[in-house]
Amino acid sequence: MRALSKDIVMNDTLTPFIDAHKTNKTHLTVENLNVHIYGKHILKKVNLSIPEKQITCIIGPSGCGKTTLLRCFNRLHDDNSEVKVTGNIRIGNEDIYGSHVEVTHIRKKMGLLAQRPTVLPMSIYDNVAYGPRLYGIKRRRKVYEIVKHQLMAVGLWEEVKDRLKSPAVRLSIGQQQRLCLARGLAVEPEMILGDEATSSLDPLASTKVEELFVKMKDTYSIVLVTHTLRQAKRIADYVAFMYLGELVEFGRAEEVFNNPKHKLTQQYLDGSFS
Amino acid sequence: MMGLSLFSIAVLLLIGLVLFLYSLPTLRDNNTFHLFFTSSWKPFKGEFGFGAFIYSTLYVTFIAIVMAFPPALLCALYMSEYATSTVKRVFSPVIDLLSGIPPVIYGVWGTLTIVPVISEKLAPHFVDFSTGYSVLAGGVVLAIMILPLIVSILIEVFTAIPKGIREASLSLGATKWQTVKKVILKKSLTGIVATVVLAVSRAFGETIAVLMVCGNFTDIPQSVFDACYPLPALIANNYGEMMSIPGYESALMFAAFLLFIIIVIFNAGSRLVLYRIKKNSQS
Ligand SMILES: Nc1ncnc2c1ncn2[C@@H]1O[C@H](COP(=O)(O)OP(=O)(O)OP(=O)(O)O)[C@@H](O)[C@H]1O
Ligand SMILES: [Mg+2]
Repeated sequence: MRALSKDIVMNDTLTPFIDAHKTNKTHLTVENLNVHIYGKHILKKVNLSIPEKQITCIIGPSGCGKTTLLRCFNRLHDDNSEVKVTGNIRIGNEDIYGSHVEVTHIRKKMGLLAQRPTVLPMSIYDNVAYGPRLYGIKRRRKVYEIVKHQLMAVGLWEEVKDRLKSPAVRLSIGQQQRLCLARGLAVEPEMILGDEATSSLDPLASTKVEELFVKMKDTYSIVLVTHTLRQAKRIADYVAFMYLGELVEFGRAEEVFNNPKHKLTQQYLDGSFS
Repeated sequence: MMGLSLFSIAVLLLIGLVLFLYSLPTLRDNNTFHLFFTSSWKPFKGEFGFGAFIYSTLYVTFIAIVMAFPPALLCALYMSEYATSTVKRVFSPVIDLLSGIPPVIYGVWGTLTIVPVISEKLAPHFVDFSTGYSVLAGGVVLAIMILPLIVSILIEVFTAIPKGIREASLSLGATKWQTVKKVILKKSLTGIVATVVLAVSRAFGETIAVLMVCGNFTDIPQSVFDACYPLPALIANNYGEMMSIPGYESALMFAAFLLFIIIVIFNAGSRLVLYRIKKNSQS
């Protein structure tokens, strides 16, 4: 076991950390991750192990760095020269920030769901086919099968099968978000990253997407940033609590929720601040 | 708002109407077919054939757009998608500055550089003789003039596209170039068309810079190395001198009316194109 950060804050998290290792294989490892944006220290020495085929929820007050952390995973900070990322992130045994690693290869391993659905300016069909076509799948039959399969996986097929060629923006917001999920799944990722993926949806659509996450954790490792504690309580297997750029506590959901190790976590869960 | 829009429509109609009324004598005294399709221009004899002027206007504008658009598009894509913030900080003001330079300066510059290059270096490879004052010179100067305009509007168009859409494409494993080709260009198609329309309208009406380098010779140019005479140049060169010749003023008014009509038709046509695109993509 690697020595973790010596921050006082971090010491308390050691126990659940080991716990996580015992029960589930680690899929994504974050070691000593530091992020500076415009010279400001945004993420401070984050160490984290995302377990395989589980739902990990990242919670914490606004501005604590949840989004920043998530975007490190698929290197979305690459294009912004004002963001400096140091430390080590591995998916499986592969170093995400390794000098020889293709960024497209890394991104293909993770499907990203944004806060608001971001459909591409094309038809429903082409949205899902976008990824597979990028990777050189040309045969119509094959593309069609992928599209159909993934639309079924997100429960959208019945709703859209008669209008696959119509622009994706005509779908409802909830449908659009599921379409984005299907689009992400079509590149056969290993992980799904969601950044408050249900926060712009109405309760019903939100529940649908939530159910999908639960269903999909048999196949994918899922990391969700969420603002709603209730949602985390409903679906999280593991919870990471962040505060002011530090990872304060990480562990199995029932541990963190029922018996938090750190005072800050307790206060956040009690609603003392948000 | 409504009132203002009505007002601007009224102004437009009024301009068109006044120009039309003033050009009535020309329309009455000449065979319409001759006006449009012949190029005999003899104000003293009362012969007014606008063929060469119309042709020159369209020709110069066409060359300018064809030459300016591709580099402008690439430049704008570079600035909005690839350039680091430092590069942007340096070049954005430069582009704005370029589009603010008065046309006459482009004209002088064209006379001093483009014209000699055409007459000495370029034309001898293709034709026996060229003064350099030509369709090509007009097109090149005009292209250089409208390039910064196109670039700065296109940058606006591209930066208006939400970041999330780029990130959606990138996070599916697309490269930047793939994202540009398949998403950015598609998303901004209406904006690009609108930009070209604006640039073309601007090019149609550009007077001084073109007038200084295009030779102002009333004949249908046989090649791009021949002189030409676009409508705005005709009006600017002769307005004020036409008082003594009967029918001349009306003929120049008719030239202005033609220019007006060309621009209105062109804009209406492109509205239609934009509408079609919007309807098809709904995005
Ligand atoms: N591109 C950027 N430029 C400047 N500062 C940034 C940028 N991105 C993030 N930050 C800063 O980094 C900190 C963390 O932001 P981040 O978006 O990761 O927080 P968050 O936990 O996702 O918050 P929220 O719950 O509100 O989404 C904030 O203080 C924010 O101002
Ligand atoms: Mg966030």
